[in-house]
Amino acid sequence: MSQLQYYLAIVAGGVSALAFALLVNWGFGSQFAMAAILALGVVSLGRFWLGWSPWLDGAIALFGAILLMVALPGMVPAPTWFWAALIAFWLFGWLFVERLSKAIGDKKIDQRVGVIIPIVFGAALLVIWEAVTVGLAVPTVIMPPPSMIWAKLISSVPTLLADFNQTFLKAVLVGYVIGCGSGFLVAILIDRSPFFKRGLLPLGNFVSALPIIGVAPIMVMWFGFDWPSKAAVVVVMTFFPMLVNTIAGLSASGNMERDLMRTYASGYWQTLFKLRLPAAAPFIFNALKINSTLALIGAIVAEFFGTPIVGMGFRISTEVGRMNVDMVWAEIAVAAVAGSVFYGVIALLERAVTFWHPSVRGG
Amino acid sequence: MQQGKNAIPVIIVLLALVVIWYVASLWLNTPWQYQVYANKGVSDWTAQQFVLDAWAQDRPVLPSPHQVATEIWKTTGEIAVTSKKSLFYHAWITLSATLAGFVMGTVLGILLAVLIVHNGAMNRSLMPWVIASQTIPILALAPLFVVIGFNLFTAPPLGLPADTARFISKAIISAYLAFFPVTVGMVKGLRSPEFIQLDLMHTYNASASQVFWKLRWPSALPFLFTSMKVAVAASLVGAIVGEMPTGAVAGLGARLLAGSYYGQTVQIWSALFAASALAAVLVIAVGLVERLVNARMGARPA
Repeated sequence: MSQLQYYLAIVAGGVSALAFALLVNWGFGSQFAMAAILALGVVSLGRFWLGWSPWLDGAIALFGAILLMVALPGMVPAPTWFWAALIAFWLFGWLFVERLSKAIGDKKIDQRVGVIIPIVFGAALLVIWEAVTVGLAVPTVIMPPPSMIWAKLISSVPTLLADFNQTFLKAVLVGYVIGCGSGFLVAILIDRSPFFKRGLLPLGNFVSALPIIGVAPIMVMWFGFDWPSKAAVVVVMTFFPMLVNTIAGLSASGNMERDLMRTYASGYWQTLFKLRLPAAAPFIFNALKINSTLALIGAIVAEFFGTPIVGMGFRISTEVGRMNVDMVWAEIAVAAVAGSVFYGVIALLERAVTFWHPSVRGG
Repeated sequence: MQQGKNAIPVIIVLLALVVIWYVASLWLNTPWQYQVYANKGVSDWTAQQFVLDAWAQDRPVLPSPHQVATEIWKTTGEIAVTSKKSLFYHAWITLSATLAGFVMGTVLGILLAVLIVHNGAMNRSLMPWVIASQTIPILALAPLFVVIGFNLFTAPPLGLPADTARFISKAIISAYLAFFPVTVGMVKGLRSPEFIQLDLMHTYNASASQVFWKLRWPSALPFLFTSMKVAVAASLVGAIVGEMPTGAVAGLGARLLAGSYYGQTVQIWSALFAASALAAVLVIAVGLVERLVNARMGARPA
């Protein structure tokens, strides 16, 4: 047992005892299950003499958290024992994660079980968020609890779908395809002229540091309020990463391989399609992945500058103005899921296309 | 060497861009210029006069480069720095929030990276979230953060003045955007020492803090500076977007927004150029610090 685990175990047991005492003092109510779990937490101090599985720590944290969430709506503001119990279960969760990751590091538990650890972290965050916002009666204008955001998400599916359709399916996808496509084609053209390449590459790299998002008001002026102006912003934002990465990728194939192609008497296009583009694929996918995030950001921020009354950015900026913070969070949740799925799809595509690359083969 | 070789192509490409810009400006402004002449009843215009007028409209679709340059000069060189019309004033509002956020974000990112590298559980629980958070449009949170921050900081327990509250909110967004690249870069950097080097430290009986300060930290510095360049650009974008939809009246983002409300294209373009110049200065400044630190640590130039 490491030093950290040692102290964590002592403190977790101690805080459980404290929470138990406070609960008894508060007068139990109907919290028998809670009392039982806290008692089990105190019993866990026996680990210094007997064995105590990490899964037991995990179970205490899990059931404790569930009981806390069940008990929460009935008591606002939350009594003292509630906070002590919250801290105790959080410590058990931490201890569980510590022990599990140690066991995985020592190869006592299968590597794949490690997936639990980030899930525990995320769940703990949500539980603490919910407990603090509801238990302390934080004004929902400042921070709504996750349960309220979820309820809003469920109840306003049609609005969210319309926004998603407007922003993602129209502006983001169209802009992304045009931006990445034109960046790719221009890169292939420029690649034929070493002079242009030397002139454009430093500029292209420099552009990535610029706040390109600022072209949004100009595009809105040029292309109107509807989605084409947002797509135009996305085109400008995605063009340069694609250009720079494709140019870098096209010079990724080695001299030996190019010489080999020459000895085969293959022409420019044959070399391009059979050697250089496949060799450039990891670079191109890198740009596609960077651009998937940039595209969503570009489309949402561009909507701050004027849109028809639909769209994710429009919804965020107006609902912020009307203090409907739960709706804003629901919209952000949709954007987060859309962004992650978009990225994930491209990552999967990359694995399928660049199956030969060492990072995919796990070589 | 490498830079000197590229200078001529870069300059020529830049000149080409300016020429394209002039042509595009003429082309895009032509319809409106016809209308202006028709409204005024001017019919005996010459081609030369037409071109010059098209490049000097009040609210052009695409302002010509010299119009933007004149506007930038008018709002920087000709008026006092403290004037509310001065671009320096607006740039400073944005820059101060950027720098505050950048410093906070970098410190936070380094601390997080140190935790992640030294604790397996932290690594396993935080790293997936740090990476996943890269795939979500964080900037979409900007208006929310500014409004929440504004409400929180001006409310009774703190009761800060509006400007300070807005400054802190913007700095928080900047910090949020800056800390991801720093965390990811530093985790990579702190892990970059090879096994034999760590083993050597072990044979010297070095303590954990000695390993950190004498081996891990110095070998992480190149990674730190690379990610700081990304982070400083991201903080600037964060500060600018933080000024956009939130009722801010000062700063480059507010300038962009005001320009778009009143159709002042020249003002939008000059704010855009000011923001780009600011980004360039920030990235170059980080680069200079990097060279100073490298020279001080006796690193060989790469």
